[in-house]
Amino acid sequence: MAEIALEKVGKTYPDGYTAVHALDLTVADGEFVILVGPSGCGKSTTLNMIAGLEDITSGELRIDGTRVNEVAPRARDIAMVFQSYALYPHMTVRENIGFPLRLAGMDRARAAGKIEETARILDLEGLLDRRPAHLSGGQRQRVAMGRAIVRDPRAFLMDEPLSNLDAKLRVQMRTTISRLQKRLGTTTVYVTHDQTEAMTLGDRMVLMNKGRVQQVGPPDELYRRPHNLFVAGFVGSPAMNFLPAEIQDGALRSVIGRIPLTDRMRNALQRRRGVPRELVLGVRPEAFADPRLGGVHGGAEPCSFTGQVEILESLGAEKLAYLTLDADAAVRSEHLADAFQGRESWSGDQLVARLDPASPVREGDELELVYDPDAIHLFAPDTGVNLTEDA
Amino acid sequence: MTTGRNRARWSAVNALVLLYALVPVAWIAALSFKTPATISDGAFWPRRWTLDNYRGIFANDDFVRGLVNSIGIGLISTAVAIAVGTLAAYAIARLAFPGKSLVLGVSLLIAMFPQISLVTPLFQIERGLGLFNTWPGLILPYVTFALPLTIYTLSTFFREIPWDLEKAAKMDGATPFQAFRLVIAPLAMPGVVTTAILAFIVCWNDFLFSISLTSSDAARTAPATISFFTGSSQFEDPTGSIAAAAMVITVPIVVFVLLFQRRIVSGLTSGAVKG
Amino acid sequence: MTARAGTAARTPSEGRRAERRLGWWLCAPAALVMVLVAGWPVLYSLLLSLQRNDLRFPDRRAWVGLDNYATVLTSPFWWQAFGLTLLVTAVSVVLELVLGMAVAVAMYRTVVGRGLVRTVVLIPYGIVTVAAAYGWKYAWTPGTGWLAGMLPAGEAPLTEHWPAVGIIILAEVWKTTPFMALLLMAGLALVPEDTLKAAAMDGATAWQRFTMVTLPLMKPAILAALLFRTLDAFRVFDNIYVLTNGAQQTSSVSVIAYHNLIGGLNLGVGSTMSVLIFLTVALVAFVFVKGFGTAAPGRDPEGRR
Repeated sequence: MAEIALEKVGKTYPDGYTAVHALDLTVADGEFVILVGPSGCGKSTTLNMIAGLEDITSGELRIDGTRVNEVAPRARDIAMVFQSYALYPHMTVRENIGFPLRLAGMDRARAAGKIEETARILDLEGLLDRRPAHLSGGQRQRVAMGRAIVRDPRAFLMDEPLSNLDAKLRVQMRTTISRLQKRLGTTTVYVTHDQTEAMTLGDRMVLMNKGRVQQVGPPDELYRRPHNLFVAGFVGSPAMNFLPAEIQDGALRSVIGRIPLTDRMRNALQRRRGVPRELVLGVRPEAFADPRLGGVHGGAEPCSFTGQVEILESLGAEKLAYLTLDADAAVRSEHLADAFQGRESWSGDQLVARLDPASPVREGDELELVYDPDAIHLFAPDTGVNLTEDA
Repeated sequence: MTTGRNRARWSAVNALVLLYALVPVAWIAALSFKTPATISDGAFWPRRWTLDNYRGIFANDDFVRGLVNSIGIGLISTAVAIAVGTLAAYAIARLAFPGKSLVLGVSLLIAMFPQISLVTPLFQIERGLGLFNTWPGLILPYVTFALPLTIYTLSTFFREIPWDLEKAAKMDGATPFQAFRLVIAPLAMPGVVTTAILAFIVCWNDFLFSISLTSSDAARTAPATISFFTGSSQFEDPTGSIAAAAMVITVPIVVFVLLFQRRIVSGLTSGAVKG
Repeated sequence: MTARAGTAARTPSEGRRAERRLGWWLCAPAALVMVLVAGWPVLYSLLLSLQRNDLRFPDRRAWVGLDNYATVLTSPFWWQAFGLTLLVTAVSVVLELVLGMAVAVAMYRTVVGRGLVRTVVLIPYGIVTVAAAYGWKYAWTPGTGWLAGMLPAGEAPLTEHWPAVGIIILAEVWKTTPFMALLLMAGLALVPEDTLKAAAMDGATAWQRFTMVTLPLMKPAILAALLFRTLDAFRVFDNIYVLTNGAQQTSSVSVIAYHNLIGGLNLGVGSTMSVLIFLTVALVAFVFVKGFGTAAPGRDPEGRR
């Protein structure tokens, strides 16, 4: 088992493109850390640098306190599961799983025992003599896992190991991996672009964008206290609603009504200097409630607004209502335009609410919604920093 | 969708294609089994079958020598082209280095090159170097013309190898050489075999170099030997012998091609089509 | 994620420099062979083409500048052969394209006996050109041949100019159509089935689907196949050598150059023809690549994985 420490680790390609900027991260012994972010954010590059498959151009990588920047991958004693599984097509499942043992020169009898044991853990016993071509996607995935765990490495690296599976299998394998990691207690770094996977799997999430770490912390913390607009928008599904808002006479004017600043907001804003008048307001779909089913629980007086239900998605356990709001009440601001650029289908007068399935709402209804003003996040339009959280 | 009419139409089309491919071959085969008396009767199939033509050519030292030359020169040329071409193809498929497109460009140029443009200068150069009418004298141009094909075909094959496997092997604890020997080489073998067959066909099929750069049966290959059957041979009428010899040099290649049909198709088309 | 593994290196790292060196070393043997056995002779033939160099009169060797070019370019035999080569090339490539396309579609779409057809069609490809050429020769020889037997008595097609040209084209087309068909079939495979279905839903007939969807999408494959075959057809030698040996004015440029060298032992004039043939081929390739934007087959400069 091992602690993996990255100190100002960076990757710049010869053509001058920097994939990873001075990344600091310490993965504790036995910890399960998720690197997550949109494609091109540098998460796979980071993983490959830990593996030794890509050179580190700056900074230092330490495993158990020893610098390993220059150590060859095979000498790092780390196993990796690839997105493509990278099973050897000319070897049987047994040979695939046993390959690392064979390279390590383990004697045959011991190796055979290890392979059997691994196959049992992963439910592959009946498949040991098959070739990868004759396996289903899920079975291949398990063989890839088997090849990683068979030699008890110091750490596991997983590069989007579930992204080639269908949705149902993915959920299944997610729990399998989770259980396996807990059982083995091996330090694991796991890369994914799927925020659900990231939320459900790891002890800690490292959210990256454009080669920089945006926030590190337990999934719940990233969800509840996002440091910036990017984190707020990436974590959670459906994504947080972003609306333009303006501070006016101690209250927020926005399309979802006039929101008196709560003490928490006031304190947070006061601690910062030069807070602009026009802000990006963020509120999660699950912050809204249908007052007919009882109000919202929170310290402050609930706020309310109405909008027309354009589309209603019933998902069984919940209902998603896509509302069109009174466009005239929306804050129009040149100043905020930049902050909203690139956000898909944003028009400033639409939002989505996640409602209790018991709500009698129907498509086309004029719906009243209530919410706790303390559930509101405010973001600086230029830097994207969450002003309602302490830096 | 497969209606009866549809089936009938496709069967007819397929029959046409089969006739197209088979009739001319069947004709040569038929000719080779005809007796000297019936050879000029103009009939398609022999009226009387004989193996005399085959006995005759295998009793002919020139032809046997030509076969030996063809096989020997073909095999050596193929081996050299594969050895040299594999290195280059690996570099082209896997490594980033300036000059890569130059190598590809030059080999494309040679692939397209009219052989006759090389015959004249090679004739003179090889006479100067004492290579004229020797095995190396033919192996050199054969390797040169087989190389572009080798490089193109192999580099496409190499590109299709999932190189993640190399990384996986490294992570599994393999040295670079172990990764090559245990993982990459077994996967590359089919491509190498296919390419070798194609390269051998190129060498085997050559006629121009063989008649231009040889002057005796010391190095003359079988196709060229056959063309010398005409007139100046001990046979009264060379037609039957030529047909038999044509069959002898054709059948092994055709069998090869049919056995490795799938691979050859992928080999032939790999370099040529890019989406 | 690592898609930016760029090729342009300003300050190459140690690893990258090692990679370059390895690349060069691995390519060196192939490059050496190609330069020595192809590059040097081409240069040498350029030199020879500027000399009077006739092996029958070794004493009369001299530098004569462009005299050989004047001789060749004013020779009616050369132009005759040049014209014939162009004719054979153009006609056989067009025929091969049409026939090859038909065979390709048949192989690709057929529902019965697909494996058999795909296999048998390779036979002409596998046959040694000279062997096939003898087959054609005897088929058209009066008395012997089954094809000649179908002609009116007294006809000897190989002894007349146009019939002989026709037979040469027939032999070429027969042998290389399968190759063309294979290249085109690979091109057909590039056309997504869904796109064709979409076109059918949009109301396109089978012919419209072929001309308006399949052909445009296959264009790169067609152009590459055409380039290949045009340059290959231009060097036609084996068939002509066997069928007529250039009689009845059926010499191609390759045949006439060969006769000048081996028959005439005239190195100067032979080399001049070699150079001219080479230049023509280069010109044709240039026109294809620049004019039609034919992608050089297999070229994939960014192909790092």
